[in-house]
Amino acid sequence: MMDPLVALGDWLLSLAAKINLPPAVSQVILYLLGVSVIATVALVITIFNTWLERKIAARLQDRIGPNRVGPWGLLQPIADAIKMLTKEDTTPAAADKVAYNIAPILAVVSVLLIWAVIPFTSVWYGTKLNVAVLYIAAVGSFGVLAVLMAGWSSNNKYALLGAFRAVSQLISYEVPLFLSLLVPVLLARSMDISVIVEKQGSFLEMFVVAAPLAALLFFISSVAEVGRTPFDLLEAESEIVAGYHIEYSGFKFGMFQAGEFMHTFTIGALTALLFLGGWQGPLVDQYPILGLVYFMGKSFAVYFVTMWMRSTLPRIRIDHMQALNWKILVPVALVLLMLTPLVDYFTKDLGVLFSAFPGSPGELTLTWRTAALLLTNLVVGIGALDIIRRTSKRNTKARQRFPERAVARPPKEEAA
Amino acid sequence: MIPLSWYLVWAAALFAVGLFGVLARKNIIAILMGVELMLNAVNINLVAFWRYLDVRDITGHAFALMVFAVAAAEVAVGLALVISLYRRRQTVAADEVDLLKW
Amino acid sequence: MTPMQLIFIFTAVASTVAAIMVVTRRNMVHAALFLVMTLFGVAVAFVLLEAPFLAVVQVVVYIGAIAILMIFAVMLTRNVTDDESGHPFNANVRLALLSAVFVFSLLVVTLGGWAQFSAIAPFANTSGAVAQLGEALAAADGYVLAFEVASMLLLGALVGAIFVVWPRQAEND
Repeated sequence: MMDPLVALGDWLLSLAAKINLPPAVSQVILYLLGVSVIATVALVITIFNTWLERKIAARLQDRIGPNRVGPWGLLQPIADAIKMLTKEDTTPAAADKVAYNIAPILAVVSVLLIWAVIPFTSVWYGTKLNVAVLYIAAVGSFGVLAVLMAGWSSNNKYALLGAFRAVSQLISYEVPLFLSLLVPVLLARSMDISVIVEKQGSFLEMFVVAAPLAALLFFISSVAEVGRTPFDLLEAESEIVAGYHIEYSGFKFGMFQAGEFMHTFTIGALTALLFLGGWQGPLVDQYPILGLVYFMGKSFAVYFVTMWMRSTLPRIRIDHMQALNWKILVPVALVLLMLTPLVDYFTKDLGVLFSAFPGSPGELTLTWRTAALLLTNLVVGIGALDIIRRTSKRNTKARQRFPERAVARPPKEEAA
Repeated sequence: MIPLSWYLVWAAALFAVGLFGVLARKNIIAILMGVELMLNAVNINLVAFWRYLDVRDITGHAFALMVFAVAAAEVAVGLALVISLYRRRQTVAADEVDLLKW
Repeated sequence: MTPMQLIFIFTAVASTVAAIMVVTRRNMVHAALFLVMTLFGVAVAFVLLEAPFLAVVQVVVYIGAIAILMIFAVMLTRNVTDDESGHPFNANVRLALLSAVFVFSLLVVTLGGWAQFSAIAPFANTSGAVAQLGEALAAADGYVLAFEVASMLLLGALVGAIFVVWPRQAEND
């Protein structure tokens, strides 16, 4: 079966040859077309996602959600976009103009750049990069920069507070994010996302089976990286009004929103690729186009969980946010990262021992490896939960011995 | 193709600019930025020599990575010192920190 | 003039101008943002040199961590020396400029006399460089010692940085 996109590209190239364009130029034009197609696809999905998110959040909160514009309110995002675009674009007089205007662009670009390395099917991808996983981590740091620039350049105390919170949260949660990203890299022996997906051919080979804890760590820390509920401390409306984008209006505010929505869906896509096998699924060998269906299905399944979390969980306190990261996620990720290669190494030859049993040794090796890794993950996860439980019990007891008075007290007098 | 000389001249320019920053700036954080510029110039040279002389010899890469580690350590400690200094003396100007000068 | 050369010239000029801005801007946050620009230019240079791993590490370490820390430190130490008042340079500015120009011309003149100064990159397959680097960093006859020393250095820096900024009760009176 001929792939429609490849055919389209060939046809465009032949068309360019007919009007005597040099091949180098037409190739560059084709690349630019590809870039704009991927960027447009990501943005269009985002527009659709805003509708989906509002509908699902409404369903979870026993409401109806958007239902006026178009059938089932499907045209609501377009109406919202028109409203955004026609609003007045304000800039604070004392703002740092250049940084203020660059920040929203950077916020969108930092997410869009991730889509360059995402394989939609086995043949549809932006580019094959042999350091793709590291690239994703690197691009995320532009998002931190965007938030910091927005918060600082607005010349607003709430915005600056939001930026400070953002830096402390995003930089902290990058640590468990990177560490848990390394687990699929170790299992696939490659940093290329296409290779990582190819290694997850069947259900048992999916890395979520071999490393469920890593998948969970990746998911939690990337939700924190986006700054979505329950980790939306950087824009907490009830505390610091809207955080770093308090001064933005109109289109620039819309860009921040689009960046956030797109980032959330990108997390779904990345989780699907790294842990759920991406475009792999039944019959995908005969019909590569089916891969798109599997990939999107898995991505939306993960995206649904983030929406579910958003409409269910309250915002966590800032000290809890830091404690969760440094006292739970980072140690667990470090232990997991140390144990995974060890277990992987020692179960490498295990299949040979069992080769007397029926079944091919190769398959047995893989199954044994997966089983051993799964066991390791479970032991680490349950052990971590046990330690947390004991510690919190001890802390609760200590608090009961010295009960805090539940009244407001004046601050201690200065020793001056 | 790009000749090696372009990279070397560019790296030399970055190094010189960084050196100027280190020697001339008052603010300690600006001095640290100058040091970063110099380290980056060195990294460009290391990687350029790796690419242009012998790709099989990975020394350039390895040393560039070491430079990254050193730069990260330097900035962590340097900025901690700056913040500690600011807490005690309310200044980040290098020439106002002169208690040991006589 | 090939596209690669155009990209190189644009990157080099932009990042050198940004570097000059870094060392001359009075507003330290602007200087830090220009530093980000320079560092990104160096990352582009690594891509042009076919070292994508280093380019990505450059972005992670320098832009993701170092530049952000710099901006953070600038914000925590806002004082007379940064923004409007005060001169950004100390008394040695002329000498510093002189020595910078001297070092630059010395480097260019010395390198200009070298036989391979304007060498063209040999055609080589660089795709295995990352695996090779990984092996070299973990091999006994490679750089395992340097690697371990670097990790100890980072650990020491981490502990030291925390120790230095740890708030002490005695200071507050």
